[in-house]
Amino acid sequence: MCNRVVMGWVSVLCLAALPGISAYATKKSASDARQFFKQLPYDLRIQQALNRLTFGPRPGDAQQVKAIGLKKWIDRQLHPDEIFENPVLETKLRTLDTLRMSASQMVRNYPTPQTVRQMVQGQIPFPEDPDRRMMIQKLIAKTEAKKGQGDGAADNTPEAMPLRDLVGQETARALRAGTPQQRLDAFQSLPKDKQDEVLAALGPGPRQALFTAAPPDLRRRIEMANGPQQVVARDLMEGKMLRAIYSNRQLAEVLDDFWFNHFNVFLDKGADRYYITAYERDAIRSHVLGKFHDLLEATAKSPAMLFYLDNWQSVGPDAPQARGRKNSRGLNENYGRELLELHTLGVDGGYTQKDVTEAARCFTGWTINQPQRGGSFFFNGRLHDNGEKTVLGVKIPAGGGESDGEKVLDIVARHPSTAHFLSRKLAQRFVADDPPASLVDRMAATFLKTDGDLRAVMQTMLASKEFWSDGAYRSKLKSPFEMVASAVRALNGDVDFAFPLVNQVAQLGQPLYRKQEPTGYSNSSKEWLNSGGLLARMNFALQVADNRVPGVRVDAAKAAKPDDPVAGIALGSPEFQKR
Amino acid sequence: MSTRRVFLRNSSLAMVGVGSAPVWLQRALYASDSPARKKVLVAIFQRGAADGLNVVVPHGEKAYYSLRPTIAIPRPSTASDKREDAALDLDGFFGLHPSLAPLKPLYDQRHLAIVDAAGSPDPTRSHFDAQDYMESGTPGRKATSDGWMNRALPKVQGKVSPVRAISLGPVLPRAMRGDEPAIALQSIDGFQVRNAEAAHQFEEMYSHAKDPLLRATGRETFEAVSMLQSIRNQPYTPAAGANYPRGRFGESLRQIAQLIKSDVGVEMAFADIGGWDHHVNELGARASEGQLANLLREYGQALSAFWTDMGDRMQDVVVVTMSEFGRTARENGNRGTDHGHANSMFLMGGAVKGGKVYGHWPGLEKEQLYEGRDLALTTDFRDVLGELVARHTGTPSLKGVFPGYDPKFLGLV
Repeated sequence: MCNRVVMGWVSVLCLAALPGISAYATKKSASDARQFFKQLPYDLRIQQALNRLTFGPRPGDAQQVKAIGLKKWIDRQLHPDEIFENPVLETKLRTLDTLRMSASQMVRNYPTPQTVRQMVQGQIPFPEDPDRRMMIQKLIAKTEAKKGQGDGAADNTPEAMPLRDLVGQETARALRAGTPQQRLDAFQSLPKDKQDEVLAALGPGPRQALFTAAPPDLRRRIEMANGPQQVVARDLMEGKMLRAIYSNRQLAEVLDDFWFNHFNVFLDKGADRYYITAYERDAIRSHVLGKFHDLLEATAKSPAMLFYLDNWQSVGPDAPQARGRKNSRGLNENYGRELLELHTLGVDGGYTQKDVTEAARCFTGWTINQPQRGGSFFFNGRLHDNGEKTVLGVKIPAGGGESDGEKVLDIVARHPSTAHFLSRKLAQRFVADDPPASLVDRMAATFLKTDGDLRAVMQTMLASKEFWSDGAYRSKLKSPFEMVASAVRALNGDVDFAFPLVNQVAQLGQPLYRKQEPTGYSNSSKEWLNSGGLLARMNFALQVADNRVPGVRVDAAKAAKPDDPVAGIALGSPEFQKR
Repeated sequence: MSTRRVFLRNSSLAMVGVGSAPVWLQRALYASDSPARKKVLVAIFQRGAADGLNVVVPHGEKAYYSLRPTIAIPRPSTASDKREDAALDLDGFFGLHPSLAPLKPLYDQRHLAIVDAAGSPDPTRSHFDAQDYMESGTPGRKATSDGWMNRALPKVQGKVSPVRAISLGPVLPRAMRGDEPAIALQSIDGFQVRNAEAAHQFEEMYSHAKDPLLRATGRETFEAVSMLQSIRNQPYTPAAGANYPRGRFGESLRQIAQLIKSDVGVEMAFADIGGWDHHVNELGARASEGQLANLLREYGQALSAFWTDMGDRMQDVVVVTMSEFGRTARENGNRGTDHGHANSMFLMGGAVKGGKVYGHWPGLEKEQLYEGRDLALTTDFRDVLGELVARHTGTPSLKGVFPGYDPKFLGLV
């Protein structure tokens, strides 16, 4: 009985895989090539487009695509700059100011305790914004006061004044144990100059409770009280989640997710905390439908990648700086290897250990100016190995300097192995776990013909029989990020703040920006198919549909009863896990 | 693969109604399968390629010190100002990194064995490929779809515990994928649907899922959920004051200990610990400081706590560790090491013939190095794992476990 209700919800949530049309959902073996020739009817093509080119359909999306016309809609998605962005998204992103900053601005405005110390010592200027400057100076005053007490001061978190010394008993009780609204009222009744101290005195638990009721500017101050350097990572993750849910440029967001993962960097590796925002914005997102060579070069010269794969420290054995100095630094192969294996040719792309070492020699001197202060890429000739190199059979004459690395990028960006490797990976994301070789070959041919034009490669894929086939339709398991974003979209949820959703994605097994290995997360459905992950999906589905994920409001909760959480069941169903 | 898997799952589900039977009854049913307690194999994967030469230090090898002028672990010393940073001597030639001090007593008591210059014979220096090969148990062969641990599970008639193979972490590792049911869980407590009515509906829906893999995984999941019901929400106190270090790895081993001691039928367990890819500043100012030292401290403390916690249950358990490859014998330009070849493996357990470094030491002189740069390999990792599977787990034929390879036993158990 309840199953029928749930299936009703499943269809409301734009899931076409109902028993009535199960002819399209019964999958034979995925390797059965014939499936990729059986074409989908028009309505299912719209579903397929929404499932693959967006983070899941919202109510009404299918009708809208139909009204515009599928072909035209796809063409628009392939030209995101011409799409009018959702003003709701822009409002929500406005408070996340780090998303618009350079790395060096972030280092100053959201400093680590070490950076604060350097500001005191005059090595780094204070931020220009007067409020920020005041906040940091307060932080310093507290640290100094603590030092004065003579307790070692190794700990950089300033000791907060106890709450009872700051506010009356009644206010303290409201702040600690009230409803979210009572907490907010109590807080806002305080004089402005006392508020920051009260925030510090509250402790993480009550601060979080206040957070859920707070308007955006107060939330910002609460985040600052939790630690300024954490704001950067939070903005980054919330921004990704909000764009996936709200952006009108859905395909661009899907591609951003794909290419960031392809050129993965790890948030928790030292200076990368401050570099990733600009990396994703300037190196990845702006190139996902451009030439692959530009995308590759942007990553190669990004401080985020140079730091992550250690190239900024790699020094030619005979470089001017290395000569004659004891314990001098030397060659580091890390970037050279991952460039060939993961970014371009693929592990079977036909390179040797010698190619790795030679490529690494070419990139010596590609470094960063003061990574701890958010500095940028620069070429340091004193670290460069100026000898002759041979990479993949191509001789790179001695004395090339910075252009050695650029030559390597030219060679690998246009290599047939790269064309094939990238085409297959894209097809794996957009078409099927084991995409037909004929499709991959055609995409690779487009890649080579167009000098790596990624939009053209996408067009070849989207014009293929295979993409619109029974074999592709609903054959992929959503990644945790896709699952969470698509659930909110399916329920037309209103996201006030996205961090709890971000935490859910981590619970489901895919902590955002926190894949430590350069491989990124797997593209394959199997990766996400396991019992713990499945249970986490079900639990998330129930929570979000019942309005128990903070920061997100859905209408479905009104219809649900505790003993029959229909919408939650639909989101946790096997059908909803696929796209 | 999928259809075979589903078929197997269905046939093992001929055990009618297990999903709804009381837990004590289920446990009794599984327990009655074999009177003896099950043997357990715990595999630990050090992801990122641990620097074996700085973990099991060849302090008797002169070349080791010339290859690593700034990041070698000093020779064993009894001087009070040097002891903390010096290798802990094992046999006059090898020594443990000083952060592994918690494991030294286990070696001395002959419960810990080391196999050196061991690993995968495949020449790849790709983390991803090398991990994949080691977990599939078929170096050089990418088409293998399942993992060695799954294939090594003893084939039994009738009922098997739904948690006979468990992995701690958010994804099911390659080593455990395959036809036999295997469970990934992040925590015992989180392993449930927190709404009874919804749980029933989900179970029903997944049992009818159109996708065969989702159907099979759903079924495995709900069987395991019901199996773990009784131990969930029970406070667990490690025995004998065992002190697991904070962090995911310690937490993983603590939960593996809890599961084994709860007698729910665990036969294979898997946990991993990442962060070994030390291209830069592998050591701090001293050998006992810095990235490698901190990681080894966590690693050694967790293994030692597991040993203490398990107590005499270690008679039934063998823990084996591995990492995808070793690192360059020579330090690189940044006080770190690049991707290399052979590595070391640890074995710990009541049945392990410990107190010995096994394997053949190939030497570190230029001409002895693999491709002129890495520790050469003298023991195939399948020799080690094969012996454990055959003699400890009790899967006599290794043909299906390591196809195309005939493991040579070293006499480790």
